[in-house]
Amino acid sequence: MTQGNNTQVSMIVNGKAVTRDVPDTTLLSEFLREELRLTGTHVGCDTSQCGACVVHLDGKSVKACTSLAVAHSGSDVTTIEGIASGGQLHPMQEAFNEHHGLQCGFCTTGMIMTGIDMVNRYQAEGKALTSEAILQELEGNICRCTGYHNIVKAIEDAAARMGGRSADMAVAAE
Amino acid sequence: MSTGIGARVKRKEDKRFITGKGKYTDDIRMENQAYAAFVRSPHAHAMVKGIDKSAALAMDGVIDVLDGHQLTGDGIGNLICGWAITSRDGSPMNMGAWSALATDKVRYVGDSVAVVIAESQAIARQAAEMVIVDYDELSAAVFADKALESDAPQVHDNAPGNLIFDWIIGEEEATNDALASSAHVIDVDLTNNRLSPNPMEPRAAVATFDEAEDHYTLYTTSQNPHVARLVLSAFYQVAPEHKLRVIAPDVGGGFGSKIYIYPEEITCLWASMKTQRSVKWTGDRSEAFMTDAHGRDHISNVKLGFDANHKITGLKVETIANLGAYMSLFSSVTPTYLHATLYSGQYVIPNIFGNVKAVYTNTVPVDAYRGAGRPEACYMIERVMEVAARQLGVDPAELRRKNFINEFPYQTPVILTYDAGDFDGNLDKAKAAADVAGFAARKAEAASRGKLRGLGYSCYIEACGIAPSAAVGSLGSGVGLWESAEVRVNPVGTIEVLTGSHSHGQGHETTFCQIVSERFGVPIENVSIVHGDTDKVQFGMGTYGSRSGAVGMSAIVKAMDKVEAKVKKIAAHQLEASEDDIVIEGGEVMVKGTDKKLAWHEIGLAAYTAHNLPPNMEPGLKEGAFYDPSNFTFPAGCYIAEVEVDPQTGVTEIVQFTAADDFGTIINPMIVEGQVHGGVAQGIGQAMLEEVVYDDDGQLITGSYMDYAMPRADDLPFYTIEHNTTVCPSNPLGIKGCGEAGAIGAPPAVINAITDAIGTDELSMPATPQKVWMAIQANAVPQAAE
Repeated sequence: MTQGNNTQVSMIVNGKAVTRDVPDTTLLSEFLREELRLTGTHVGCDTSQCGACVVHLDGKSVKACTSLAVAHSGSDVTTIEGIASGGQLHPMQEAFNEHHGLQCGFCTTGMIMTGIDMVNRYQAEGKALTSEAILQELEGNICRCTGYHNIVKAIEDAAARMGGRSADMAVAAE
Repeated sequence: MSTGIGARVKRKEDKRFITGKGKYTDDIRMENQAYAAFVRSPHAHAMVKGIDKSAALAMDGVIDVLDGHQLTGDGIGNLICGWAITSRDGSPMNMGAWSALATDKVRYVGDSVAVVIAESQAIARQAAEMVIVDYDELSAAVFADKALESDAPQVHDNAPGNLIFDWIIGEEEATNDALASSAHVIDVDLTNNRLSPNPMEPRAAVATFDEAEDHYTLYTTSQNPHVARLVLSAFYQVAPEHKLRVIAPDVGGGFGSKIYIYPEEITCLWASMKTQRSVKWTGDRSEAFMTDAHGRDHISNVKLGFDANHKITGLKVETIANLGAYMSLFSSVTPTYLHATLYSGQYVIPNIFGNVKAVYTNTVPVDAYRGAGRPEACYMIERVMEVAARQLGVDPAELRRKNFINEFPYQTPVILTYDAGDFDGNLDKAKAAADVAGFAARKAEAASRGKLRGLGYSCYIEACGIAPSAAVGSLGSGVGLWESAEVRVNPVGTIEVLTGSHSHGQGHETTFCQIVSERFGVPIENVSIVHGDTDKVQFGMGTYGSRSGAVGMSAIVKAMDKVEAKVKKIAAHQLEASEDDIVIEGGEVMVKGTDKKLAWHEIGLAAYTAHNLPPNMEPGLKEGAFYDPSNFTFPAGCYIAEVEVDPQTGVTEIVQFTAADDFGTIINPMIVEGQVHGGVAQGIGQAMLEEVVYDDDGQLITGSYMDYAMPRADDLPFYTIEHNTTVCPSNPLGIKGCGEAGAIGAPPAVINAITDAIGTDELSMPATPQKVWMAIQANAVPQAAE
């Protein structure tokens, strides 16, 4: 078979250690969706443009569709399934619901992961996350349903809620 | 907090989406699942001389490679068009054959000729590359106007000159006479740019054949699973309806493009029987650009006549509509009855004539995309009105106002009877919210910064909630356009509503519950919605054309009427009162003016224990209804766009966008506003960013998000939204529909604003910075020469 070699990949995903033997060509998105059955990470394009596949890799947002799983052996990955803790939704998740920041839901998981990363970065740097900044930061995430209006409102509101917590707590929630 | 009609109830369905637990088709994994990959034509037009599968079949993990001769040999039928259009000479439309897998000829880039079934998606895709197809390339007919030229390549043998139909509406002679005797005739050529719908979830299908039961199951990304089952059964002969279950689980957006039953779903079903495996296909974005039905693509000439008092005398439209390589399911009705019936816009136009020529080209099929024919009509009417105001030297809002229809019902010259509306009120609300009075000052201030500021109107009307089945049948529809619902009250009083509508972002699991909560006073969390599965819901026509509210919820109301009647009978019997004295309020069923009452759940229990029911009453509490609309509904409104153009670069910013919509009764304002946001975003996308481009050979140039400009967050403004409600008289809730308005109303508002800013009407969509800059330059040259 032309799949090439299999390689053992070990990661911490949503706080749990996982190890799988996968073909070297396996994308991180495929690893999450097909090997771990974490299907909340979506694939909406094949050119790394739409952002439906955004996950957090060692605390930074990445597009899982454009990254090989083997390249990230040893990494700590958080997916949309890993951000609520103990039945308590993450403030970003709550804000998307409260501001009607989603319709079909397909881009939403990537939007939420991007939104959390955005707020964490701005707060870590002590910068204000204005609505203009959010519009710019969403450059890598495409939504076809909402016109972005309510997504921006949701991220603004979530930023305020997340600001109420210390930076350490924000990291712990990862 | 109220959860009834008019309440901003947070969406019940959100939790699974925001936690990543949504269940989309690609998330489904069957036992024994294999994967399909399609072998697609790299040519726009070619004869297929042969297919060599040997290298692919020799690969480890390849289960089979199947082609079109095998498919047709097994009796799988050609794809259909669901609406018959008759040409002006009385002849039927010229429809060419469309096989799910091409046999002798391919007609667009992406047309599939074979399918590989393999143990993994990666193997299937690699093997598809190893299938050698011997093509004899032909020259291609790519552009609709050129396809009509006498020497154009022929796409289908039975459509001479590539003409599918030559259709007319209205009165030709009277309109010509009216224009000839008009004081002013405004003559405009307009192009409605070709678009790719681009729901974020690519299409997908998972098909399973159960040999023991001779039964098929299909999970698919569909807006209308029952229609899919009907068509797959009755026309494609995959399996009879009782042997085919179609499930459309969570669907990640549709915008029309997931109405149709595509070759891939048909092929997966058939391949699951051939290979005795579950077969999954998940399209990627490149395939979506290549094969999802496109939208729009009209070339039109519009002539609008005025008398000396600026009253409209007549309208004449000639349009060429590109339908692509094959006639998709609703491709024929989109540029005809969904389009030309709106030529009257919001105006009294005594004489109207339209002619639409539909044309085959070597491009992907074109069909209904959000708005479907109505955006094209609105763009023409609202552009020509704006141009007229400029040429006549009058205020564009007042020219519109002078010609508004303001008495209802109003019979247009093009079939439709508008039932209600307040066009003056919409315009007033929009003008106030947009502060039109302050525009001159804002324009002057922008000029001081070197920017050109412009303001544009669009007073749109659409026909939604389609529609009376007998009426659409008489116009050529192959289906009825009713909706069905079933309301099941459980013994504990909780309620399940089964609906034939399908939700793929519209929030039905919330709004539909609201009307039930309102009616019976039960907590909204005690109501749930069941949809999207032909085994659960008996039948339904699905969701498109803003019909889930006006038609789908009306069916639920009818079913609730029947439930209420039975509840009252049970209560009257048990409370020893007259049925007429029973009222249902706040979750209780009581005798009016007394303290005699039963809790809602006690009625449910009574219905199922059947210990004490009225004589001869059947046990249980479950009622179904079919609702057939008595008219279209007519959402209408006024949009005002305000833009700033940088004349040095042509870069245009929408600085303000105001929408004043009349959607009739609104169940959930939060969800309706969301629909307007999304619709307007797609309209702005059409006006400023999006265009499908094919080259002269029919190669798709805009095949990815690197090439096709999807609206991103920083391309769009925030929106100001107003509502001006006139209740729709033709359905029980008074709903008109809101799903398409934004995509219909926004494009002309934006282009009218940009052309106002730059001082020339010579500008086509999408108004990219390059085009705007060139329009400014072209306009400046003759002025400089003068």
